[in-house]
Amino acid sequence: MLPDAVEHHHPALAHQFDSLAQQREAAALGMWVFLVTEVLFFGGLFATYAVYRWWYPDAFAAASHELDILLGGTNTAVLITSSLTMALAVHSAQLGRRRLLLLFLIATMALGCVFLGIKGVEYYHKFVEHHVPGPGFEFEAAYARQAQIFFSLYFIMTGLHAVHMIIGIGIMLAMFWMSWRGRITADYYNPIEVSGLYWHFVDIVWIFLFPLLYLIGRHA
Amino acid sequence: MQTTVAALPPRHYLNDGFGIRSWLFTRDHKRIALLYLATITLFFFIGGAMAVLIRLELATPAGDLVTDETYNKLFTMHGVMMVFFFLIPSIPATLGNFLVPLMIGAKDLAFPKLNLLSWYIFVVGGLFTLYALISGGVDTGWTFYTPFSTISSTSKVVPTALGVFITGFSSILTGLNFIVTIHRMRAPGMTWFRMPLFLWSIYATSLIMVLGTPVIAITILLVAAERLFHFGFFDPAVGGDPVLFQHLFWFYSHPAVYIMVLPSMGVVSEVVAAFCRKPVFGYRIVAFASVAIAVLGFLVWAHHMFVAGISVYAAMIFSVLSMLVAIPSAVKVFNWTATMYRGSISWQTPMLYAMGFIGLFTIGGLTGVFLATLAVNVHVTDTYFIVAHFHYIMVGGALMGYLGGLHYWWPKISGRLYPEFLAKLSAGIIFLGFNLTFFPQFVAGYLGMPRRYHAYPPDFQVLNVLSSAGASILGVGYLIPMAYLMWSLRYGRAAGSNPFGAVGLEWMTTSPPPTENFATTPVVAWDAYDYKGEVEGRVA
Amino acid sequence: MSQTHVVPTRVYYTIFAILMFCTYLTVQVAFLDLGALNTVAALAIAVFKAVLVVLFFMHVKYSTRLTWVVVIGGAFWLGILLALTMTDYLSRAWGTFG
Repeated sequence: MLPDAVEHHHPALAHQFDSLAQQREAAALGMWVFLVTEVLFFGGLFATYAVYRWWYPDAFAAASHELDILLGGTNTAVLITSSLTMALAVHSAQLGRRRLLLLFLIATMALGCVFLGIKGVEYYHKFVEHHVPGPGFEFEAAYARQAQIFFSLYFIMTGLHAVHMIIGIGIMLAMFWMSWRGRITADYYNPIEVSGLYWHFVDIVWIFLFPLLYLIGRHA
Repeated sequence: MQTTVAALPPRHYLNDGFGIRSWLFTRDHKRIALLYLATITLFFFIGGAMAVLIRLELATPAGDLVTDETYNKLFTMHGVMMVFFFLIPSIPATLGNFLVPLMIGAKDLAFPKLNLLSWYIFVVGGLFTLYALISGGVDTGWTFYTPFSTISSTSKVVPTALGVFITGFSSILTGLNFIVTIHRMRAPGMTWFRMPLFLWSIYATSLIMVLGTPVIAITILLVAAERLFHFGFFDPAVGGDPVLFQHLFWFYSHPAVYIMVLPSMGVVSEVVAAFCRKPVFGYRIVAFASVAIAVLGFLVWAHHMFVAGISVYAAMIFSVLSMLVAIPSAVKVFNWTATMYRGSISWQTPMLYAMGFIGLFTIGGLTGVFLATLAVNVHVTDTYFIVAHFHYIMVGGALMGYLGGLHYWWPKISGRLYPEFLAKLSAGIIFLGFNLTFFPQFVAGYLGMPRRYHAYPPDFQVLNVLSSAGASILGVGYLIPMAYLMWSLRYGRAAGSNPFGAVGLEWMTTSPPPTENFATTPVVAWDAYDYKGEVEGRVA
Repeated sequence: MSQTHVVPTRVYYTIFAILMFCTYLTVQVAFLDLGALNTVAALAIAVFKAVLVVLFFMHVKYSTRLTWVVVIGGAFWLGILLALTMTDYLSRAWGTFG
């Protein structure tokens, strides 16, 4: 076998790897490649958005005015804060500070839940205002048709983003459990690190969604 | 079995655990490859059955065997099954899964559990599509064009689309696994430019899987949302553009053609080198050509849409870019030919398939250049010329490579030899049947016979009868290998570790290999295709 | 990523402060009438924020060259999708309604 046979007995080392370093590099690369697929997954939506915003700027502005900047802005702040707590969780894991790690994971999950709660309130408003696309859709006559495209995009983009948040919170729960059981150590923290990459990515998606959906033509 | 079992190694991946659980919960890349092999073979024969019915219908000009609606469902399901459930996973998920760790000298892929998961995802996606097939079928064509798929069609669009969506994740995970494995798991000394060209082509294929598949996933989701919840993305009634669907669809589905054909090119590189006993001419150029095809493949998609009402200026750009793909493709063909020059060629079965690939791919590729030309494209769009063109690439190219690879590595996979005479015979039958099936379609299409109709003017009957006759020969050609490969599993002679005298790490371990692939991690000190090294005793 | 690189928490707090300020800034800029530049400004701020998250929170600044290649490659492919799709939409009406 290879020189670093010393590490062979580490309980977290999977059989196909020769060393923990190789395993960590593979996990990180795997997550980065996965995030690239996510970029292109949302990319299809951004392309759709670009086409219709180019075609119907006025309808998009009018429809965008129906969204609540305060709620959207608050959610942006909440997510950025959750990214900070996530980064600090990884930091704590690197240093092997288990209690701090658990604390930051809880904070990240809590902020994620706050985000989803606010999102739920916004969805509820849209539902009450008949801004959900489909037969019941109502909007000022001039933009009644094209505003449906905006709201279709709004719901699918924020909806898929919310699905990613829910998955992220699920991952954080798993990370919490692993850390609770003491399986995360300063030698072996790549599950936390890799989950963190995912969480930050979901944050980045929102960083683009916020101005593209909430802030169109606000000066008018 | 009693006579030959002695020659197989006492311990290998096939006898390392028995029973259904040892297969369904395996994390061994070689067993997962066989799970895939069984699954895609099933889908191949389902898709093939549709093709049989299509060709039977077209034997006469009148639409007499099936109704027009049934015919629509037949060609749709033929396309969906063959493209998403056979061709795209074919080489990567079977031979790729089996060979990537072996060829780089690793114990397994980087993420074995993910690999098993991707097979389960594939099966679930397949079940969705089979459900759609059984519960009434789908009639949109495999391309799911809007607005027909979102508004008009009353068939099972959503279950089929979800099946394709789910299967996409299997493809993404497989590609991801290969990329990480090739980057991070290579044995000591196995540098990038010592890797077999099969790995370069698998790597390029994986790039496409990872970069393209997510886009079709989201596109299918948009179609489903439009159908189920009346969201408006492509619906002209709310100002949407159905052509946008085609952009997003072909962003994946054009590169997907290279997912099918690139791995076959990798197989051909291996086979040509092994049966000419020479290194592949211009190794680096062939390696880079694979990556170039993967990259250029993403820049050409709108050549499927020249008559869909896109901007003529955009069409010109896409036309020129499409022709560029011919350059790396031709480089490969020339380099294989140059490899054969003054080689000591032995005409065994895999080499016959490789030769078939080179010839048929060249025809398919050159007609592709015709199609990239705007004016010709307008003339032949939606005719049988297109049908013939892409079958030359997908069947003449991709499937020939798959069969060639399956034969070449069959002794490694099963530990046993297939009957050489029958194999050569069926390779000949397939080549003959294939050309008889699809060459007349070039002519019919050029003369103006449109695709996707169950009836046609009597003028085209001779060409169609030829085509249907060819299809029946082709069908026989596919059944023979199916039979003798199964037979050889039990009765074939033991192959030994290296029946073809080929070089490469996969031939340096036993056939079948042990579960951990190599007794000790190999250390590589030679280039790929080191057929001189064989003489000097460097290779087992 | 091969060596464990521990970033001082000070860096994380600084980045956090910049991100929060940029969020405030992007809302303020949206209410100014800059014409077409409104969209450009909004996207520029968003890209800047995303780059900060990628470089510092996601540790790319301290990562291997391969990670850089993957990140830039991903962005580039997104660019291909957007740019080539838009070639059609930007030029489709040329000479049609003129």
